[in-house]
Amino acid sequence: MQQGYDGNVPATAPLFAALGDPVRLAMLARLCTGGPLSTMVLGQGIEVSRQAITKHLQVLEDAGLVSSDRVGRDRLWQMRPQQLVAAREYLDRMSAQWDTRLERLRKFVEEEFD
Amino acid sequence: MNVDRIEKKIILNASREQVWRAISDSSRFGKWFGVAIDGPFVAGQEANGRIVPTQVDPEVARMQEPYTGTPWHVVVDRIEPMRLFSFRWHPYAIDAAKDYSAEPMTLVTFELSDIEGGTLLTITESGFDRIPLERRTDAIKANDGGWAHQAQLVKKYLAIEERS
Repeated sequence: MQQGYDGNVPATAPLFAALGDPVRLAMLARLCTGGPLSTMVLGQGIEVSRQAITKHLQVLEDAGLVSSDRVGRDRLWQMRPQQLVAAREYLDRMSAQWDTRLERLRKFVEEEFD
Repeated sequence: MNVDRIEKKIILNASREQVWRAISDSSRFGKWFGVAIDGPFVAGQEANGRIVPTQVDPEVARMQEPYTGTPWHVVVDRIEPMRLFSFRWHPYAIDAAKDYSAEPMTLVTFELSDIEGGTLLTITESGFDRIPLERRTDAIKANDGGWAHQAQLVKKYLAIEERS
């Protein structure tokens, strides 16, 4: 088992892929509102095996979205919001790109006569 | 929380036909977007071109020089006249030395509808969940430079139009 995640996020971590799964998003939502939580509590009410829950949590941990510490025979998980902020920032920048492109389109259709 | 798509709405003070032409005609598209595209857009087919420097401002054009001639590549998805145009591409694939062909693409959709005072254009870009984080870092670096140039370009553009 890995130690609790504390270092830098690997450059190639599949952040968006990690976020693109309903089970993982559900677990992240739980951690947002009520973390830190144990693996057992995180899996409650989610219709997948304990093994699958652990796997999902590892994907989130590899992407730097959560970190964990061993507590007895279980692990305690918590959110690492920095990565979510980074994801949001990426989309904000892509969004800003479209703003400038659209401003050029506006100029083109409103002021240039074909 | 939606981290997979970007959506933009803009009301353009132009007829639906004008907006449709500006988007679906590859040479008109290239004029506002800043790309020289070979041939027309055809549904289901690739469209290739190159980033072109602005002709508005030699200074900005010089600063944009590193990106000039960078291949620009999309795969046209749907063309539904006067209503919808979409393509897939690699978002911000500006490193000419890098081969992006194996990487996942996002889907960009332009949708037109009538609205009081002009044409409502809705742009969505989706599929970011499949883009690796490595690209995220590249794009942010590239964008830091590109952004400032674009802002300057818009300013210059406005100044020129005010004079004429």
